[in-house]
Order: sequence, then C-alpha cells, then structure tokens
Amino acid sequence: MTTDTPAREAQDSATSRLTGQSRSLLAGPDRGRVNRSAVRGRPRLYTSYGRDSALLNSPAKRWWTLAVIAVVLVLPFWLTRDLTHLVSVAMVMAIAGIGLNLLTGYAGQISLGHPFFMAIGAYTGAVVAGEPGSIVIGWELDLAIALVLAAVVAGLVGLVVAPLATRVRGLYLAVLTLGLLMLGEQVFKQWASVTGGSGVGRAGALPVLFGNDLERTYAVGPLLIQPHVSLYLLCLVLLVILAVAARNLARSRTGRAFAAVRDRDIAAEIMGVNLLRTKTLAFMLSSAYAGVAGCLYAILIGRVTPEQWNILFAINLLAIVVIGGVATISGSLIGAAFVVLMPRLLEWLAPWLPFVSTGSGGLITIFQLQSILFGLLIVLFLILEPRGLFGLWHRIRTYFTTWPFSY
Amino acid sequence: MGTLTTAILAGLGDGAVYALIAVSFVIIFRATGVLNFAQPGLLILGTFFTSVLAVDQGLPFWVAVALAMLIVAVISMGVERAAIRPMIGRPVFSTALVTVGLFIMLLILAFRLFAARARTINDPWQLDQWCLVQGEARCSIVLYQHHAGKIVVVALVLAVLGLWLSRSRVGLAMRATSLDQEAALAQGINVGRMFSLSWAIGGALAALGGVLLAANGSVVQANDALFALVALPALILGGIDSLRGALVGGLVMGIVSALARTYQPVHAPWLGPNFENVAPYLVMILVLLIRPYGLFGTKEVQRV
Repeated sequence: MTTDTPAREAQDSATSRLTGQSRSLLAGPDRGRVNRSAVRGRPRLYTSYGRDSALLNSPAKRWWTLAVIAVVLVLPFWLTRDLTHLVSVAMVMAIAGIGLNLLTGYAGQISLGHPFFMAIGAYTGAVVAGEPGSIVIGWELDLAIALVLAAVVAGLVGLVVAPLATRVRGLYLAVLTLGLLMLGEQVFKQWASVTGGSGVGRAGALPVLFGNDLERTYAVGPLLIQPHVSLYLLCLVLLVILAVAARNLARSRTGRAFAAVRDRDIAAEIMGVNLLRTKTLAFMLSSAYAGVAGCLYAILIGRVTPEQWNILFAINLLAIVVIGGVATISGSLIGAAFVVLMPRLLEWLAPWLPFVSTGSGGLITIFQLQSILFGLLIVLFLILEPRGLFGLWHRIRTYFTTWPFSY
Repeated sequence: MGTLTTAILAGLGDGAVYALIAVSFVIIFRATGVLNFAQPGLLILGTFFTSVLAVDQGLPFWVAVALAMLIVAVISMGVERAAIRPMIGRPVFSTALVTVGLFIMLLILAFRLFAARARTINDPWQLDQWCLVQGEARCSIVLYQHHAGKIVVVALVLAVLGLWLSRSRVGLAMRATSLDQEAALAQGINVGRMFSLSWAIGGALAALGGVLLAANGSVVQANDALFALVALPALILGGIDSLRGALVGGLVMGIVSALARTYQPVHAPWLGPNFENVAPYLVMILVLLIRPYGLFGTKEVQRV
C-alpha cells in the first residue's frame, strides 16, 4: 500500500517477521486503511489500534448513539412540560449517579454520604448565582460561574474529607460517610444565611447562562425554546460532556488504577499504584460530579431544604448505581431514568392495580408501593443480576450478536 | 454536680439500649460477615408487635415483649433465608446493599402497620423517677425508673447471651462458625443453621432494643426506626466485630449523647437543636481518625 524505498520495505518485512506486525499499518499517512471491500460486511474487523480502542468502536454503537441523541434532542419539544421536567431531573440524577459510580463502582469505596456533596454544590450555586432574600445571601452571578464553582467547592470539600476516608475501609467507610451526612445536615440546618434554615430552605441558582435569562422564551428559527426546554438542554449538554469524560476516564490509566484499588488495594499498591492519591482523586472527582448535579437539582426542584439531603436520598443514589449497573456509565444513565421515572409509571398504572389506593386506607398507598418496589428491586437485582439493567441489556445484546449460536 | 450525675445516669440508661442494639449488629456480623442495615426495620417491627400485644390484646408487658421477640426472630430468619443466603460468597459491599434494600422494605411495612398513628407500648416504668439525693429546693440527682430498668434488662440479657455463647455447645459452634466457616463445616457444624440462628438472635435483640428505646414515657411512631441508626456510631466506635466493643461503645455514646443534651443548649447553642443526635457521629469520626478499626475491632490482616 505504501510506496517506500526498497530498503524501507526490507526493514518493514524484517520487523514484521520479528514482531508479527506490519509497520506499514502502524505508520504513514494511510495507516490502518484497507480496501473498503475487505471491511464491508465485517463490522468487527479492526484495521488499526485507534479504531479498536475508539469509544464507539462498532457501527451498531455509532448508530445507536446517534439515534439516542436525536430522540433525546426532539423529546422536549414533543413531551409535556411536566414530563420534560421529570426527564431533566433524571438526567441530573444520572450525573450524580455517574459520580457515585466512579467512587463506588470503579474505585470500590462505598459512600452513603453522596447527598452531602450534592447539597454543597446546590448551596454553592445558590449563593453564587442565587437571588438574595431576607436571610439568605446571593450574589446573582452567571450560572456558568456557579456551575464551575459548585464543582470546585464540592471537589475541595471532597479533598478535605478524603484523607479521613482513605484511612478506613469497607463497611467502616460506609458508616463514616453516613456520619458525614448526619453532621452535614446539622450544619446546613444551622447555617441559615446560606441554606435558608431548617424547614424553610431556599431557591436554587437563577438560570442566567452567559447573560441569557433562561426564564424567557427564545425563538431559534422556527423553534420556540421555552424555559423548561432550555433547562432540559442545559442538563443534557452537561450530562453528555460529563458522561463521556467519565467513560474516558474509566478506560484511562487512572480508571485502571481505580479498578485495581477496588479489586485488591494492597496488590494495587505493590504494583505501583499510589493508593492515597488514587482514593483521594476518586473522592474528589465524585464529589465534583455531585456538586454539579446538586446545583442543577436545586434549579430544577426550585426550593431545597436542609432536611432533604438525608439517608433516603443516599439510598436512591445507590439504587441508581446498583439497579443500573455497577461500574458502567451507560448503566448509571439507565438506572437514573429507571429510578426517577418508575414512580410516575406506577402512578399511571395505579388505576389498574386493585390493591393500590391513592388516598389513605386500602392495602397500600402509591407512595408505599413505590418504596417497597424500590427495596425489592435493589434486593432482586443484587441477587439475580449483579450487573443491573446494563447486565440485562448486555445479555440480550450478546444473544443477538452471537445468533444463531447463542446458548 | 447533681446535673452531671443525673446526665450520666440517663446516659448509661440510654447507652445500655444502644449497646444492646450494637450487640445485635455484632452477632449478625460475626456469624455472616454482613453489616445489617435492615436492623432498624426489625427493631421497629418489634416495637409494633409489643404495642399490639400489650395494648390492643391486653397481655402482660413482659409476655408481649417475649412474643414480639419471637415473631421478629422468625421474620429475621425468613429474611436471612430468602435474601442473604443467596449472597454467600459475593462481595461484602453487595450484601450490605441488599440489607439496605431490606431496610426500605421493612420500614415501609412498619409505616403501613402503624398507619400514621402514634402508639404506646404500656411499659411498667412510664415517667416514674427516684430521687437519689435530695437538694434544698428540688431533687438534685434524679434517676428515671426506665433508665434503671433498661440497665438491668440489658445487663441480664447480655450476661445470659455471653454465658450461652461461651459455655453451651451451640454457642461454641456459633463462635467456631464466626472464626472460620469452612473449618467449622469440616467439623460437622451445620453452618447454614448457625446463620439462621445468629439472624434470629440478632432480630430478637433488635426487637428488645426497640421496645426499650420506646420505653421512655412517650409515644412511638414508625419514623422512630431511624433512631436505631444511633447504634451505628456505637458499633463503629467499639469495632464492628467485638461484643465487648459494642457494649463499651454503646455506653460511651449514651453518655456523650446525654451530656450533649444537658450542656450543649446552655454552653454552645450555636450548634443548634437536637445536637445530641449527631454528637455520637462526631465522636465516631474523631475515634476513626486515630483508630481505623474502632477501639476493640480486629485489624484486618491483608493477604495479597
């Protein structure tokens, strides 16, 4: 394929004889290119290392990703305002879930304290870009600054907590982070100038992005972008950026260090992984993700109180990771969608379920049914399918890719 | 002086209950290696059944407590068989998460059973108190009867439990199982039965803990299950696998909490109301900084 000098060709063939690989495929302007007819109909034939290690390394993945992005972009213009809002919440929870997955799924450090970092992000955002009230402070800066600061402040708090967390392991860490959550709640209740105080709460940041007030309706060509749609698009953009970043991080040197620490930390240390630095980094990154998610969450929900960052919220986040799939980014996305949308689905189904009552009385209320199903699903997934919804999807996919030899 | 002694006595009373709940965690942890986050759910069910039997059915208090412990023990065994047994050999993290799922289910069950009503458990102590030292104007050292009762009951139960674990044949088998499951199996011990047994004991102790927690002269609601979480810092303080640690941790946390309740509103009001609920967590974090495995916990030996 290359038109080099004979000497170079001789060297190439010598190399290929020694190493079993052809240099002409690795270097030069045409590297990895082969005749199209050789590749056609063979989607799994990779002709270069770059193609093999690409994020979307098969045509199916590429097409599916494109399709999903297209659907998700059209969705807010088609859904009602209410549902758009719900999907936005799901995307924000997905960001938080990805953060927790980096820490718990990839690096193996159990954390029940993730809502604490979300709260820090929410309050940082509210102070930086929020409206000042009678007791609460707010500087009314741009949302872009607020989002960055939310990530930075939450990450820094994570950095402060990390040395504590790296000393203890396993279940001790779970209870330690639970303690963090409890102490945080107490602090948030007292610090009324930032949080609005116990039971009162405050509004989140004002959605003014790069000087554009997202509370107004904008016209882009024939499309009318309403406030809820622009918030949706903001969440979507951030989710895509953060998810791709996390996915790439997971398959980088750092991600492999996380996995090594999770699987056996002493062995990882002996192999040259700096344990302290890896665990601290995992904590910091996951806190920063939580910070961004918290800031967005406060904007979407409208009003956050110090009491809502509690252990049940932490369990919700863990459910996203577990039901979605431990140590998979796409799993976190599926998990968040499932956890946020399932209550709404049950509400729709409620009239057809005879044992469910919407008021008091009856065998079980809709809220109780949701929570019980939640617990049941966590238990069932862990017992029957530890890889979560992603694992189910993976099984289905493998069945079809290996068809007709699937067994 | 009188205030301090009163606070410490109250702390010992509450601490005894924390110790009991922490012991129930330890029993399950030692046998099966699971930190059972579902324990608060079992605890509140114990309180509920006691309330139903003692108030609605009019049974004598102690009979009601014994029956409630039995019921919860059976529920606990069922839970272990259905949800925990399949998790043998899986990572500790997954099993702990299973118990978190169970926690939600049991909590919702308790909410359903309580039906948003506050209940009483008809305990024999109510708000009666003894005056140990009479001051000039009013009583200077007060001991509530329910605190004394808690200390006595917990001491009795833990003494019987300790004796049974150290002397009886089954207790020996249980200790062997917690030491090394495979070796115990090789010695002809039915390890599965030991798992069931430890969960039954853990559940029964949690039920008793719930009853004692509720025996403070006020009403009990389903939400009170979350108070059981205060046993977690006690457990961690003592070390997750140590019975002695659970006892010491429980008493220390009881006293810490009582001292915070007595002195914090006067001397440090800026810490806010209900600080006594989080003070144990603060102590736990400080202790973990110095001793990552608690005061009496076994340091894990790492093999690669």
